[in-house]
Amino acid sequence: MFRVENISKSLGPFSLDEVSFRCAAGDYFVILGRSGAGKTLLLEIMAGIRSPDAGALILDQRDITSLRIQNRGVGLVFQDQAVFPHMSVAANLAFPLKRKGWGRSYIRRRIHQLAQTTGLEHLLDRFPSTLSGGEVQRAVLARTLASEPRLLLLDEPLNSLDVQYKRELQTLLSHLNQQGQTIIHVTHDYQEASALASKVAVMENGRIQQQGPLPEVFRNPASSFVAEFVGIRNFFRGNVENPPGGDHKIFRIRGSSLFFILPSHVPNSVASITLEAKNILLSRSRPDTSALNNFKGRVQQVIPASLGMEVVVDVGVTLAVLVTRESLSRLNVRKDQQVWVSFKASSINVGSSVGPDPV
Amino acid sequence: MRSFSTIRLLFILLGGLLLLFIVAPLLGMFVHTAVPELADTVGDQKVISSIRLTLWTSAGATLVFALLAIPFAYLLARYDFPLKRMVLAIVDVPVVIPHTAAGIAVLGVISRDTVAGKAASAVGLNLVGHPIGIALAMAFVSIPFLINAARDGFENVPVRLEQAAMNLGASPMRVFFSVSLPLAWRSIVGGMVMMFARGMSEFGAVVIVAYHPMVAPVLIYERFGAFGLDHARPVAVLFILVSLVFFVLLRLVSRSAYVQGRKHQ
Repeated sequence: MFRVENISKSLGPFSLDEVSFRCAAGDYFVILGRSGAGKTLLLEIMAGIRSPDAGALILDQRDITSLRIQNRGVGLVFQDQAVFPHMSVAANLAFPLKRKGWGRSYIRRRIHQLAQTTGLEHLLDRFPSTLSGGEVQRAVLARTLASEPRLLLLDEPLNSLDVQYKRELQTLLSHLNQQGQTIIHVTHDYQEASALASKVAVMENGRIQQQGPLPEVFRNPASSFVAEFVGIRNFFRGNVENPPGGDHKIFRIRGSSLFFILPSHVPNSVASITLEAKNILLSRSRPDTSALNNFKGRVQQVIPASLGMEVVVDVGVTLAVLVTRESLSRLNVRKDQQVWVSFKASSINVGSSVGPDPV
Repeated sequence: MRSFSTIRLLFILLGGLLLLFIVAPLLGMFVHTAVPELADTVGDQKVISSIRLTLWTSAGATLVFALLAIPFAYLLARYDFPLKRMVLAIVDVPVVIPHTAAGIAVLGVISRDTVAGKAASAVGLNLVGHPIGIALAMAFVSIPFLINAARDGFENVPVRLEQAAMNLGASPMRVFFSVSLPLAWRSIVGGMVMMFARGMSEFGAVVIVAYHPMVAPVLIYERFGAFGLDHARPVAVLFILVSLVFFVLLRLVSRSAYVQGRKHQ
């Protein structure tokens, strides 16, 4: 178990502000944030490269805040890789092993084992300058694993890799985690987080905005920043009202006269909702369906998205609607056109309702 | 077709003139030296022993002072401290002061009535007129080359690599010897070659500290003063040849040491 308690650090104009989180043994903890959010600084503090101005780091009941880098049991894979350029891959892997005073044959066996896990067997005699980015990244990972860290820290480990290597390394990382390795992984890419994380923390301007199990954070973003960052396009703040005599509750959107109709079981404490772009229907005329929420609006933008086309419609608030390219050309929707959007009350995600699948 | 602009032609011409200025006097000296003359010089015991003395005092000064200069260069490359700029300026002082003045300064420290001189004579050494005194004078004027080259070398080793090594459990000592030093090694050896070459060619500081035993530059000066140009020239030619051979050899060795290091470490 690893606890970060109220870590603060000022560095020039930037500061980390009372960062706290808990990471249980075996967790795959992803810290999500834009570049400049303070993720790397936080990792460096955990690894002992920098010392915090205030706060504490507790690893397995032991305060490691002021322990020397060498004695922390925390392995860091740097974003800029930091492979030793004057050593072969094998010598790189042997580097942490030699410290422990093991015999040569054991070290050789261990190097072989690590190379097998990380797919480096055929590259052991090569020098880093002759390897691809993905191979170097695996070598650096294997080298850090050789030091047998109780906690593995990864700084944007998939950043410089092309798609194929990314997938390979991603598989390797989740394999390591399944074998019990506790991992804290820092990234700006929410897809990376959704593929790997068991828990996430979203960071902005040196603060943790929200943290928790992955589905919870992705379903219930606490702020529009988090929502936008985890790829949720339709996030609204407001409050639940009970119209007199009605079967349904309504959600009145803050700063707008608009309201959405909610299922009646929604608790009154809900203060924000999200709507998945794929659950909203688009049509040219008022649809005749069972959906309770129907709005007329104007098309602001049509943007290509990974799963089709995203149509941004202004209905008083802006809603992002995901449609396939075929539907788009069939509907012949263009910018500034009038369209109708509709969605079922039950497709609104509210407060604490955590769905089975992450966004 | 490639065409040369006027300015490029002008620069080539100016550069050519400069190159000629360096090469012509040296070439002239070689041309004016007859082979039998050179052969006689090679047979001259006094000449040979002075060249030998020059080589080993300079090599000794370089190796001994490297033990002080390399750690110092690492400090300068890695840490900031108060008055660092002043320390950097002090390192460069021997390059800018007249070498005879440097010799006077060194003599002032090692002559018999100083602390260092007294300590040396207590163990039966007179540093003035001794190869150790010569080596000290050579080191004084040539040490900046090594310190600066080594500092550059260490500065080019990414701090990240040292941090990574520590993160992998290496002690600061092991980080220095297994990461920083090997990666800066090429610059350090380059600096040592420069220091060695500079020390070998030193006249001004050495002649003040020790006229005897004679290092090659002093011997050339003595031959010139006593017998004239014709007698000094063959010695000069021989010494230049030896210096060049060493210079080229050492550069090759430092290169291959680096390449081997990259291949096999």
